[in-house]
Amino acid sequence: MTETLPAAPTTQPADAPARTPGRRRRRKLPGGGLLIGAVVPVLLLGLWWLVTEGTDTFSPVQLPAPQTVFSAGVGLFESGDLIDHMTVSLQRVLLGFAAGAGLGLALGSLLGLSSIADALLHPTVGAFRAVPSLAWVPLLLLWVGIDEDSKVILIAIGAFFPVFTAVHSALRHVDAQLVEAGRAFGFHGVRLLGTVQLPAVVPSVFSGLRLGLAQAWLFLVAAELLASSEGLGFLLDESRNNGRTDRLLLAIVLLALLGKLTDTLLGIVERKALKTWA
Amino acid sequence: MILPASTLTEDDVSATGAAAVSSVPISGSSPVARSRPGYTSLDVQLSGVGRSFGDHTVLRDVSLRVAPGEVLAILGSSGCGKSTLLRAVGGLDTGSTGEILIDGSAVQRYDERTAVGFQEPRLLPWRSIYKNVSLGLPRSLSKAEGRERVDELLELVGLKDRAALRPREISGGMAQRASLARALARRPGVLLLDEPFGALDALTRLKMQDLLLDVHAQTGTTVLLVTHDVDEALQLADRVLLLGKNAEDPTAAEGATIARLLDVPGSRPRDRASAELAALRGELFSGLGVDSHTR
Repeated sequence: MTETLPAAPTTQPADAPARTPGRRRRRKLPGGGLLIGAVVPVLLLGLWWLVTEGTDTFSPVQLPAPQTVFSAGVGLFESGDLIDHMTVSLQRVLLGFAAGAGLGLALGSLLGLSSIADALLHPTVGAFRAVPSLAWVPLLLLWVGIDEDSKVILIAIGAFFPVFTAVHSALRHVDAQLVEAGRAFGFHGVRLLGTVQLPAVVPSVFSGLRLGLAQAWLFLVAAELLASSEGLGFLLDESRNNGRTDRLLLAIVLLALLGKLTDTLLGIVERKALKTWA
Repeated sequence: MILPASTLTEDDVSATGAAAVSSVPISGSSPVARSRPGYTSLDVQLSGVGRSFGDHTVLRDVSLRVAPGEVLAILGSSGCGKSTLLRAVGGLDTGSTGEILIDGSAVQRYDERTAVGFQEPRLLPWRSIYKNVSLGLPRSLSKAEGRERVDELLELVGLKDRAALRPREISGGMAQRASLARALARRPGVLLLDEPFGALDALTRLKMQDLLLDVHAQTGTTVLLVTHDVDEALQLADRVLLLGKNAEDPTAAEGATIARLLDVPGSRPRDRASAELAALRGELFSGLGVDSHTR
């Protein structure tokens, strides 16, 4: 060697980093993602307003103007009905989601970790999963009756399967080499679970939870459309019967907003968790 | 070209702790190195060890004693059962026949007296390097003692400045050093290395070999090193165990066994180009069925 290697840290290391540090960075957008994300909804709103105000394409019953929908919302809000509908729906979703996701986590972990439990229970769970979840409705109505419980149970069923499937398959596919390394360094049982297996599945668990939450909203509307006296699904059905298209559209917008809000909140928790675990 | 460890600095650590590592004096290579206080070196006794997977016999009749503090390289063509033997000694695989004793008593499942360095670093991607190394600590240690030991080990492998980073933020060589530090954290009596440098580029591999010599000089632990690299075996080991079919008897039973067991002369670090080693290299290559093209 005649040349001395420059000692500056700019030299390429002999063994370059296996992966580039950090994630692929996206170009910073002006005003951040929030502003860009608002562009399409604002355009749609403008189009809606133009179509209803400028043309006679739709009758007000077919498509009421945005400001009509807004004033319908104000009217319902002032009577207190709107808040009632929203809180009832939100409460059902959260209860059902908590129950379904909790059960999905528990059963998914059990079957994902224990080969015996997997062999014993997975065919059964798989068969239940194959039943389209709405098929349970008549049975639930017969067994539990048209009350709060049957709706929460239906939502729980909807939330359960995505969470179960995500946790189960993630645990089945935890890097066997990492698990072996954990065992080789004296970890087993609960300590191995907490040190290697659970942290390894955190990202998949969160995607399962978010899917489960979306399913929970889906099943809420299904449950409320079928039989209820309050809630956003009830508002949809009642408005259709009364020809109140403005309220119907209002309910849809509110479902979109509430669904997006809960998903965003879960997303914030997810980001925090991924910072620690991934 | 002679490259004693003290003149080698790994590029990617030159700014960190390499100076501290390479300034460690290299001890002589008496087969039984004296271990530092706190470190132990245990002997390994194999008697008639074999391993079959179904009808397929991978290993048979492996009997040998590894002295405390000895570095034994296990060489063989791929698939000949090198790793299988190592895993049996570490209690990672319990299906072997015969008897394996460490310090006179049978190997337990995931035996605590051993520690394994795998071919892949196998670091937990969500933990910092520091926390990954702490994973190897024995549970009996207090928090303060554990912290002290991890600091000491990170210093030893030259990763002190990278302690807070995640595995994906460091190079493959550094990850392998972190893995080595993790294996040393329990102060194993027997260190089992399964092609630990096999996935590294040639230059980094040479540097890692010198690091391993430093570590061995400091800890004195018994080392079983699986490798497919003849030069690596000659550079690091007191003895080289060549696994393979019995060359003299082609009708011998299926499965690899001890084909040769060679003493490697000279004290470490060895001249990579010495004539003595060249002769051994030729012998090992022919044992592996490779033509070394000697004229």
